[in-house]
Amino acid sequence: MLQKKPLITIRNLTKEFDGEVVLKGIDLTIHQNEFVTLLGPSGCGKTTLLRILGGFEQPSDGEVRFEGIDLTQIPAYKREVNTVFQKYALFPHLDVYENIAFGLRLKKVPEAAIMEKVNRMLSLVKLDGFQKRSITSLSGGQQQRIAIARALINQPKVLLLDEPLGALDLKLRQEMQYELKEMQKELGITFIFVTHDQEEALTMSDTIVVLNEGQIQQKGCPVDIYNEPNNRFVANFIGESNIVPGVMPMDLRVAFEGQTFHCVDRGFRQNEEVDVVIRPEDLQIVPEREGAFTGVVDSVIFKGVHYEILVMVGDREYVVHATKSASIGSKVGLFVSPEDIHVMKWGGA
Amino acid sequence: MDTKKLSYPYLVWITLTILVPMLLIFLYSIIEPGPEPLTFQFSLAHYLRALDGLHLQVLWGSFVIALASTAACLLIGYPAAWFISRLRARSQSQVILLLMMPMWINMLLRSYAWMTILSRNGILNSVLAFFGLPEQNLLYTDFAVILGMVYNFLPFMILPIYTAILKVDANLVDAARDLGASPGETFLKVIFPLSIPGIITGITMVFLPSMSSFVIPQLLGGGQFLMIGNLIERQYLLTGNWHFGSALAMLLMAFILLSVWLMKRFDPKSMDSGEGVIPW
Repeated sequence: MLQKKPLITIRNLTKEFDGEVVLKGIDLTIHQNEFVTLLGPSGCGKTTLLRILGGFEQPSDGEVRFEGIDLTQIPAYKREVNTVFQKYALFPHLDVYENIAFGLRLKKVPEAAIMEKVNRMLSLVKLDGFQKRSITSLSGGQQQRIAIARALINQPKVLLLDEPLGALDLKLRQEMQYELKEMQKELGITFIFVTHDQEEALTMSDTIVVLNEGQIQQKGCPVDIYNEPNNRFVANFIGESNIVPGVMPMDLRVAFEGQTFHCVDRGFRQNEEVDVVIRPEDLQIVPEREGAFTGVVDSVIFKGVHYEILVMVGDREYVVHATKSASIGSKVGLFVSPEDIHVMKWGGA
Repeated sequence: MDTKKLSYPYLVWITLTILVPMLLIFLYSIIEPGPEPLTFQFSLAHYLRALDGLHLQVLWGSFVIALASTAACLLIGYPAAWFISRLRARSQSQVILLLMMPMWINMLLRSYAWMTILSRNGILNSVLAFFGLPEQNLLYTDFAVILGMVYNFLPFMILPIYTAILKVDANLVDAARDLGASPGETFLKVIFPLSIPGIITGITMVFLPSMSSFVIPQLLGGGQFLMIGNLIERQYLLTGNWHFGSALAMLLMAFILLSVWLMKRFDPKSMDSGEGVIPW
């Protein structure tokens, strides 16, 4: 990723609704042409943050600057920001053409230019020839595309997307993920994308901001977020994890399950208690003698690409994703390589 | 299957109270007494008489007054509905309750109340006299009739418009603002067009009773042959010419059906769904 100019800077952003604090001092910088995903469970404040950027909510405290200018003083309709809404929010009394042309008509753009731009937008979202169709005759996926076209025609500097793929089926969603990413690269617009779907976030983003209970848990590129979760919440929320208590006797060593392992983490106090994160796909089932530690296969579920195998080590359960099955009740060894052991600060019992 | 049976009492009810009387009215309108007592013969004479210039003029006059009342209701009702929809939820139901309350009082009584206010020695003229202003003669005028109708039928305009405005998805308002619409433009381009089904329903619900009303023009209009409703009432109760009265009633019904049909052509929603259609 090229280093780019900061576009939006958020400082100590706080939002309260009737005494309930939804955002607790968010600090965040968003750069030009960045695809940023706000990821978190429902109620984490991600939509509120997006609505403040869109101008639909006012912050209780803190500042939001857009190219250095205080954004909170600018009403929604004067911002160079457009939104794709969760339920599309297309105007049911207007046809496809008029929905997309809505923003340009308000700017009194001449009709010929409107027509040219609407047609260009329709081909961008691959719905040529849909001009005269009524909104109610469109499928969810098509409505989604119209909503995107309607927002993009105004050539915003930032496009806000509020769980735009939530209502689509899996196949269509994957297709749209790919297309949105392509569009963002092609148009060079900053996308701020809100979702609770970690896979979507990992697939599309340059930067993921993981939110929980109104606070940023971690900000980073998808690979870092997945491989080096900051805390238990991130580890659990992004993909499946085995989280095991351990101790760091020294840098590059971690002890858990009664053994000391090599690892790649450093910077902890001597004998500091830590959480050890191991992704299910990083655990390998090997013959009993070759394993770092051993356990008994408790259950095997076929998941398509892989088997999900639960191995009991003492009274702790490990989830293993393996391409080969194992027989239930058999004793097996478990192996994990040093770079797949992720150590994070102890998050409490 | 079983729920269908629940509608039987209602079917019996509307057959007895609506269908049979309507058929009788239709029957009365196309027959006249025969040469022998208790015999009848087919005749279109009542319709021919109902369609002569004088009676058509009454029909037209009723139409103009009903139209004026409906227009006044719309001009007052839309802003009122908008205002109510902007209040906090609790205040909204309180204002709606205030709006409905007069309807619990008999319409006759409410019309008498207006007579007391508007009459020559009534409250209005007392107030005017107190400020040294000239006396107004308002009772028994078209204005009094229209005032009475607006007063009585205004809730029927406000409620459907208010409901239609409330039903406009808040996301659409956000979307319009997001795309650069000022609050005024948002109203004109999104909220107003989406409240049209409510306007259509409101217009229909005010226009229908205004067109056929006879109590209000009787009391506030002084019982002249002002509106078609009075004319029909007289045929039944004073002149005793049920045949001619029935022909006039059929004519009025045809006229109203035509108006409603024309009105529904302006309603974008009536084409594909049952929403916002006249509740009868």
